[in-house]
Amino acid sequence: MVTPNSRAAVEFRNVSYGLNGGSEVLRDLNLEIRHGETLVLLGRSGSGKTTTLKLINRLLTATEGEIRVDGRPLRDWDVIRLRRMIGYVIQEVGLFPHYTVERNIGLVPKIEGWPRDRIRQRVKELLILVGLEAQIASRYPRELSGGQRQRVGVARALAVDPPFLLMDEPFGALDPLTRVELQREFLALQKRLQKTVVFVTHDLREALLLGSRIALLEAGRLVAVHTKQEFMASKDPLVVAYKQAFDTGLGEHS
Amino acid sequence: MNLLQFMLQNHVEVFELTLEHLWLVAISTGLAVLLGIPLGILITRRPWLYKPILGSANIIQTIPSLALFGFLLPAPWIGARADRLAILALMLYALLPLIRNTYAGIKGVDPAVVEAGRGMGLTDWQLLFQVELPLALGVIIAGVRVATVISVGLATIAAAIGAGGLGEYIFRGLAMVNNSVILAGAIPAALMALTADVGLGWLERKLSPH
Repeated sequence: MVTPNSRAAVEFRNVSYGLNGGSEVLRDLNLEIRHGETLVLLGRSGSGKTTTLKLINRLLTATEGEIRVDGRPLRDWDVIRLRRMIGYVIQEVGLFPHYTVERNIGLVPKIEGWPRDRIRQRVKELLILVGLEAQIASRYPRELSGGQRQRVGVARALAVDPPFLLMDEPFGALDPLTRVELQREFLALQKRLQKTVVFVTHDLREALLLGSRIALLEAGRLVAVHTKQEFMASKDPLVVAYKQAFDTGLGEHS
Repeated sequence: MNLLQFMLQNHVEVFELTLEHLWLVAISTGLAVLLGIPLGILITRRPWLYKPILGSANIIQTIPSLALFGFLLPAPWIGARADRLAILALMLYALLPLIRNTYAGIKGVDPAVVEAGRGMGLTDWQLLFQVELPLALGVIIAGVRVATVISVGLATIAAAIGAGGLGEYIFRGLAMVNNSVILAGAIPAALMALTADVGLGWLERKLSPH
């Protein structure tokens, strides 16, 4: 589905987002996300990373500026069509508790009018892709572990093979071992699928592991967009502060 | 004459009044469900309607039932027959628990589940019918249960305007100062309320997710 062209996959131009009359959560953001890359939005709580993510699938609407997806301004997109080509994965997963795993994954294909056999086939395929046994399909979300739930969440987001994937701290609520496992699998998956991924995290190690580029946000402003090497070499005080916070963290553990 | 003798002697009438009572409750609660659930859904979609709609339902609830029957008397078509009047009044009383529970049920759905649904591109109708209503069903049925139980009790007052039902015996017994006659109306009504409560309670548990 990736169309290799020079256009950016997602483009933010002077984008601001503010609450009615209140303070601005995001100010004058300019950012380009390229086809097939994993761009990590890194920053502390309240830095505006989740806001940036939700602006892309229009769960939030920018108060100023313009966002383009595949070169087309967001307001020209039919919002339902837009969201169906953007997989969305959140920390709380948000599986439908009254549906089995199969129906959770198969809901959007069903709405899109896929025949039943094709849906069943796709669910099986996706479960294997995210490292789950096919017989889990008949279980309910409450019968799954946290790691299994998030795998199903990823499978659900990939159901109609969307070219984009938005991930909001998807591994944040998992225990450290499961988290590392899922991070590794995500890397392998991304190598195969080559989706355009925007990944939100506050974890620098996760950002360095998964991101092709890292966009650091602080108090609603974009500080810098760096590759891993650039990020590690950067002397920007905010980048340095972030690296130090994680260095001490690492020191305490080892 | 004791209660048992009275009921045996008048078993045809007891049966008829019970049916009449059941009919008043069923029609009025049915109409209230048809009106109250959509209104409850509406106020989750149009927040500015929350106050006027829930406020009105609340005010209706504060009007004493005899007074409400009186107020509705001059209404065209409705006022022409006592049973229409009773059904309208009972329906109005049943609205509040239905609107409130529908609203609370939908608002009580895990926000992460709703966000995931929106994010994956469900339309508002799809979100409502695939996700929100199924997950709110237990709470909505609880509203139907409360409305039904209240309605069974209130319907006895409908006899005061000649709409029939088990209230006939209660009012007749009061006039005759005869406890047996009062109980002949009150006991079947109480049993009806209990049955509705237990039955709908079972349905509520069965339809609640988890």
